[in-house]
Amino acid sequence: MIKIKAKDVDVFYGKKQALFNISLDIEENQVTALIGPSGCGKSTFLRCLNRMNDVIDICSVKGEILINDFNINDKSCDVVRLREKIGMVFQKPNPFPKTLYENVSYGPTIHGMAQSKQEMDEIVETSLKKAALWEEVKDRLHEPGTGLSGGQQQRLCIARAISVTPEVILMDEPCSALDPIATAQIEELIDELKKEHTIIIVTHSMAQAARVSQNTGFFHLGRLIEHGSTDKIFKNPDNKKTQDYITGRFG
Amino acid sequence: MNKNKEQLLNKRYKAEQRFRLYGLSAIFMALLFLTIFIFKIFSTGYSAFQKTWLIVPVTFDAELMMLDQNPSKEDLQDADYYDIALKSMADLDPNANEDQENELKRMVSYFFEKEIKNELLNDPNLIGKTKEVYLTASDDLDQVFKGNYPRDLPEDQRRVSDYQLKIFDQLVANGKVESKFNISFFTNADSREAELAGIASSFMGSIFSILVCLMIAFPVAVLAAIYLEEFAPKNRFTDFIEVNINNLAAVPSIVFGLLGLGVLLAIFHLPRSTPLVGGITLSLMTLPTIIIAARASLKAVPPSIREAALAMGASRMQTTMHHTVPLSMPGTLSGTIIGLAQALGETAPLILIGMVAFVNTIPGSPMDPAASLPVQIYIWAESAERGFVEKVSACIMVLLGFLIIMNLFAQIIRHKFEKKWS
Repeated sequence: MIKIKAKDVDVFYGKKQALFNISLDIEENQVTALIGPSGCGKSTFLRCLNRMNDVIDICSVKGEILINDFNINDKSCDVVRLREKIGMVFQKPNPFPKTLYENVSYGPTIHGMAQSKQEMDEIVETSLKKAALWEEVKDRLHEPGTGLSGGQQQRLCIARAISVTPEVILMDEPCSALDPIATAQIEELIDELKKEHTIIIVTHSMAQAARVSQNTGFFHLGRLIEHGSTDKIFKNPDNKKTQDYITGRFG
Repeated sequence: MNKNKEQLLNKRYKAEQRFRLYGLSAIFMALLFLTIFIFKIFSTGYSAFQKTWLIVPVTFDAELMMLDQNPSKEDLQDADYYDIALKSMADLDPNANEDQENELKRMVSYFFEKEIKNELLNDPNLIGKTKEVYLTASDDLDQVFKGNYPRDLPEDQRRVSDYQLKIFDQLVANGKVESKFNISFFTNADSREAELAGIASSFMGSIFSILVCLMIAFPVAVLAAIYLEEFAPKNRFTDFIEVNINNLAAVPSIVFGLLGLGVLLAIFHLPRSTPLVGGITLSLMTLPTIIIAARASLKAVPPSIREAALAMGASRMQTTMHHTVPLSMPGTLSGTIIGLAQALGETAPLILIGMVAFVNTIPGSPMDPAASLPVQIYIWAESAERGFVEKVSACIMVLLGFLIIMNLFAQIIRHKFEKKWS
């Protein structure tokens, strides 16, 4: 089933066009990887999906992005509601400089998702459990989140993102700042999360894309060159450029 | 080739050594100036914290005070103390003629009558008895006792006569002159008499001005900074505002004084010489300083924190109020304190709005006329009496102490509450 449907998306930074005519369908409850060399626009596309590009003054987005058949670029779309449904995990772990508990409970608090302290405790616990962090931190929930290791911080950010039970989770190179062990943990986690969430991950590592994703899109110079099932892209790509990139001839 | 290289390397090391030397000597010079400055102020000013007292036997003669038998409290209040005060001074030299009696009277402050009165009010049983009372020495004798007075000048160039010196030396020899901690320097308002002048009025004036300044400048500046940094679109207009805030910070303070004079006093008719007007004028000056500090510390909050909050579905307002502003507060606060410290030391604008007036009452609210510490320094430095020289330095010491405490406070806030980014 199609969760997100992008139609002819163009993105401009001022006068410079960063994305050209991107049309891409994203399957529900699957992991879609976006790959491509640096500066190819894959992160820009990802940020279109929860309208994070709004933050950048000079950035303008054209075209349609339908999530559950609703165009999020429409004026009637409320960004706050949208971002409640579409969580995001960033490249560099960015926990709030507050306690672990406050980090995870922030989303549910501002969206009024818990009626009592008990409910909130439950949300925090399940979120941390889903992020495979609970066992490591259950005794120090009230210590600062910035005191964790890099991998733990990133899992805390994932816990924070899933605390509001989003339908989609966007991940922008979530492992690029982590060591191989932490990376493996996150990848395992992604596999688990896809049961309940649709996941779109931007990655530089083709091995990672191959390991975690079911679908892959290849971006180059602001254009979506090819997309399809991961198997097909990696084993039998249609396009020469994809072939060259996959085999490490450029990028 | 190799030799050339070695020469070049040596040259580079030498250049580095020279540069270190320049740096060290610059620091040495700065420290030297600072030391000389502080030494000069302390060596002139420390004696102002001591006050000289003459111990004079006073006979509380009921007849001279026009008191009946068993006087009530009110009677004691209304009694005439001038005659016994005069008599006790004159009694210091039984052979004094009328002129000399007058000179004897001028050896103590004009306040001596009141000091004698207080003595009796404290202990009404003294009527008819004689008691040694501490009387404030005149400012010139105070300076003589502290060794700051040129006794070897010809008599006609001195304010202290040979006769007064003779009596004073006798008193010193008999142990009837004492130096004690000068409490009145902190509790008295300004006075034309150096021995009675204190900083209470200007100190309170400064505190009230700073409070008014803080209450106006802080909220306005913080709101302006938050709007400009977090909400305002980046366009020509906001650029224009930004440039002008920086310009405002560079405007000479006397211009703000003129503004206060022309607008607050002339148009709004606020009470002249008051900390209220002073505080408002100073807040205009402090405003750009706080805005700049607040914007800098807002800018220092990593964008990743804002993105994290926004991506969680926080509105812009929530992102700002829950995350950015609390994280920027330490920087904003220490900038505010530094801005206030600047305002505390400001003299020129306060002179223009009339806080330079002679005020001999201690202000109870920002609406009462008052001086301020730097203006007090200016007023005293202008006075001719020798007794004010040490007072100027002492007042500078108090002001410097105040400033150092504020800056220390700013440092502590910055270090203690600063968040470390992962």
